[in-house]
Amino acid sequence: MKSSVIIFPGSNCDRDMDVALKKFGFENQMVWHNDAKIPKCDLIVLPGGFSYGDYLRCGSIAGKSRIIKSVIDFANSGGLVLGICNGFQILTETGLLPGILQQNKYLNFICKNVFVKIKNKENKYFKKIDKDVLELHIAHNEGNYFCSNDELKSIEDNGQIAVTYCDHKGNEDEKNNPNGALKNIAGIFNKDKNILGMMPHPERMIDPFLSGEDGSLFFNNLIESL
Amino acid sequence: MVEVNEKIAIEHGLKSDEYKKICDLLKRTPNITELGVFSAMWNEHCSYKSSRRHLKKLHTKGEQVIQGPGENAGVVDIEDDDAIVFKIESHNHPSFIEPYQGAATGVGGIMRDVFTMGARPIANLNSIHFGSPDHEKTRNLLRGVVKGIGGYGNCIGVPTIAGQTCFDESYNGNILVNAMTLGLVNKNKIFYSKAAGINKPVIYVGSKTGRDGIHGASMASAIFDDKIEEKKPTVQVGDPFTEKLLLEACLELMAGKSIISIQDMGAAGLTSSSIEMASKGDLGIEIDLTKVPCREENMTPYEIMLSESQERMLIVLEEGKENEAKKIFDKWNLDFAVIGKTTNSKNIELYFKNKKVAEIPIDFLAENAPMYDRKWIKAKLPKENNFSKEQFKSLKLGDCLKKILIDPNIADKEWIWDQYDHTVMGDTIQKPGGNAGVVRVHGTNKAVAASVDSSATYCHAHPLTGGKQVVCESWRNMISVGAKPIAITNCLNFGNPEKERNMGEFVECVEGITEASKYLNYPVVSGNVSFYNETKDKGIKPTPSIGGIGLLSDYKKMMTMELKNEGNYLIVIGKTEGHLDQSIFARNILSEFNGPPPEVNLFNEKQNGMSVLNLKNKKLIEACHDVSLGGILIAISKMGIKSDKGVKLFPLEGLVNKFEYFFGEDQGRYIIEVKPENLENVENMLKNDSIHFDKLGLVEGNNITLENDLKLSIDDIKEGYKNWLKEYMVN
Repeated sequence: MKSSVIIFPGSNCDRDMDVALKKFGFENQMVWHNDAKIPKCDLIVLPGGFSYGDYLRCGSIAGKSRIIKSVIDFANSGGLVLGICNGFQILTETGLLPGILQQNKYLNFICKNVFVKIKNKENKYFKKIDKDVLELHIAHNEGNYFCSNDELKSIEDNGQIAVTYCDHKGNEDEKNNPNGALKNIAGIFNKDKNILGMMPHPERMIDPFLSGEDGSLFFNNLIESL
Repeated sequence: MVEVNEKIAIEHGLKSDEYKKICDLLKRTPNITELGVFSAMWNEHCSYKSSRRHLKKLHTKGEQVIQGPGENAGVVDIEDDDAIVFKIESHNHPSFIEPYQGAATGVGGIMRDVFTMGARPIANLNSIHFGSPDHEKTRNLLRGVVKGIGGYGNCIGVPTIAGQTCFDESYNGNILVNAMTLGLVNKNKIFYSKAAGINKPVIYVGSKTGRDGIHGASMASAIFDDKIEEKKPTVQVGDPFTEKLLLEACLELMAGKSIISIQDMGAAGLTSSSIEMASKGDLGIEIDLTKVPCREENMTPYEIMLSESQERMLIVLEEGKENEAKKIFDKWNLDFAVIGKTTNSKNIELYFKNKKVAEIPIDFLAENAPMYDRKWIKAKLPKENNFSKEQFKSLKLGDCLKKILIDPNIADKEWIWDQYDHTVMGDTIQKPGGNAGVVRVHGTNKAVAASVDSSATYCHAHPLTGGKQVVCESWRNMISVGAKPIAITNCLNFGNPEKERNMGEFVECVEGITEASKYLNYPVVSGNVSFYNETKDKGIKPTPSIGGIGLLSDYKKMMTMELKNEGNYLIVIGKTEGHLDQSIFARNILSEFNGPPPEVNLFNEKQNGMSVLNLKNKKLIEACHDVSLGGILIAISKMGIKSDKGVKLFPLEGLVNKFEYFFGEDQGRYIIEVKPENLENVENMLKNDSIHFDKLGLVEGNNITLENDLKLSIDDIKEGYKNWLKEYMVN
């Protein structure tokens, strides 16, 4: 399986993602933002970081960068596109995913482990994961998901909510909502479920000496479902 | 053009005899640009004029040392072909004036010092000191500094893995922000700042030059008064995004062979970077200031030379490599300009619009910079307190414990480090809040531990002992995670060196640091000095911050402080005399602020530490924590809180005062957790090594108990400990 990680100026989780993808068997290549074309692959990843310094608005400049057209074409042809953290922000800026990511409710950057509940397994990203609650890690300042009531109704109706913040038992209450996200949303799909954007970083949870190992479940499933 | 005279020189922070020396050396009156250059190079921050003669005494050698003080950062060998480049630096004055930008650019500056040497930064740390929590400015300063540190480090994508936060009223008017960075480099590919060869192109890369930070270094060499708000324009403004690009571009250029020398433009910007490169190479340097990329119009030579705009580097390249280098900086969208060349004149020559605007022999600025032998007084060891039985009579162990756990200097600092990305780069195996932060050396079995420590209270009570103690505490932090201590970097924060008492504190702290680092083979390889931390005649307590690093050759053998299993024994290694003077207990419970700090016995320190490493290597230790501020009971409580496990303490034998035993701050101690089946073995090994130890208790249940004297649930003590800072910040 081949994957491509796009590097924007200011990306800083590109190497971590490369390490994770390779660890679970992907043949990964790094693609520079100024390239017009993406090499043939099965998965495109937009990594975390501060693309273009997150100036103007998180992900907005990357959303207009040269490479983005190829990402959009790839996604529209059904290819898998995964955006983590800043990558999620970029995907909302391109319009591939609905909604926006605002500054965290308590106005601080948050770096910690969180639990998320998998809300939909009818897709390649979570299909064979046998747990319903994963322990993942967040590190962001703008992860407070928001969308209009109409959009919310539509993403709920279409099963587009991917993961929500919760406690270790799966209770999705306000206490376990780290950033004020609407409906505790931590990640969403597009209608066809080939595009996933989420704030938590599975690539930081891939061995027992790190914050945890549930990221391994995510990548293992991903390579198996492709 | 402004005519230079003594009055203007004094406005530049020079003393009148220094101005006279400049005129004598030049055999003429300097012009304003030259005066600016002199004032930048001769201020305390750049010239170390009060500290140099004492810093020479520091212990800086060891077989692990590749580069000691004098470069952008120190470099130590961590086996194979790997080396760690590391340094700590202060950004105190700017952070008080403008906390966000001051702290952010402090982090940016120290990272540049590290990647200038060819190393990729792999971890950031910091030591921050604030005034009393009750002081009106403390909350906002803390909030701003933490946001600034996070804002910069998080954006670059380097994890902030450990740190230290202290509160004391002596910092009410002068907070301390010390930032430390570790970088990883192949030991055969280290870059230095020494220029070599004549007619080599001098290249400017990075951000454009603006008017920010002009005279920042001079500001950092002055005491504060009522008008500090007016100094805001001297604070630099950081752009971590550009720094990230600069980091990647520099490392890409360094992968080739075109760089002769490289130096970041930190304090005193273009002035000190160009002069240092030329001075180290015994060369001259010629710069055409018209070619410097500027972001503001009509900047004068004076402003260009003294700007402290951030995210800039100066490089001496091999001839003919300009295009190759330019391509890389174009790719990263950074400015690149050939602004001059090296010469054999041994002068710095500045041109602007085809006119020579300054010419000064480099020697005058570097070697001939003033050096002072400031007067200082030796501190006496304070008399011990004789606490009477009456003072303890009404005290309850549990009440004292709960009160100390919410002391601002003990309480949990999660509110702070949750705001730092501590997991990016995917190698952080021990997060903030432990004995030390630990990151793996990417792709190997090795890991590097790092911590920052300071003990201003001890240093204030007796500088010589305090200096020794803080090195020992750093050493213990390394041991406590199972790392072999390698080397340290020091950030020496002191008051006004022109005052004998402050100068004495400096001299004796340095002496203490030297003695301990020599004995422990824990050399100082880099650092900086920050004097004049004084406002309206009130100086800070002497605060040397020690950043230590250690090596784990197998990261899987790392130790943590979390208690592991019910029924395991807890043992305290090292003798407990019950020294309460200068302890948190004495200050917080007994309101006693005088007395000597705990004695430091270097022999015991080394023996105890080595025995812990020895036990760890034989896999006999389940958890480990050094005993520091607050003594045994605080150490045990923190271990319990971190793991949600209780401890049953054994009754004390003999006529021991339990407050002295549990809250005394004797040095050289560790608490270790041992499985019952290993207990005999551990005891025998310790006895054979003549190491003093006490069996303290058992991991048991959810309470911390001592016979009838103490019974508190872990949940109960956890709440106060965890919430103090969070509640303080929302109020």
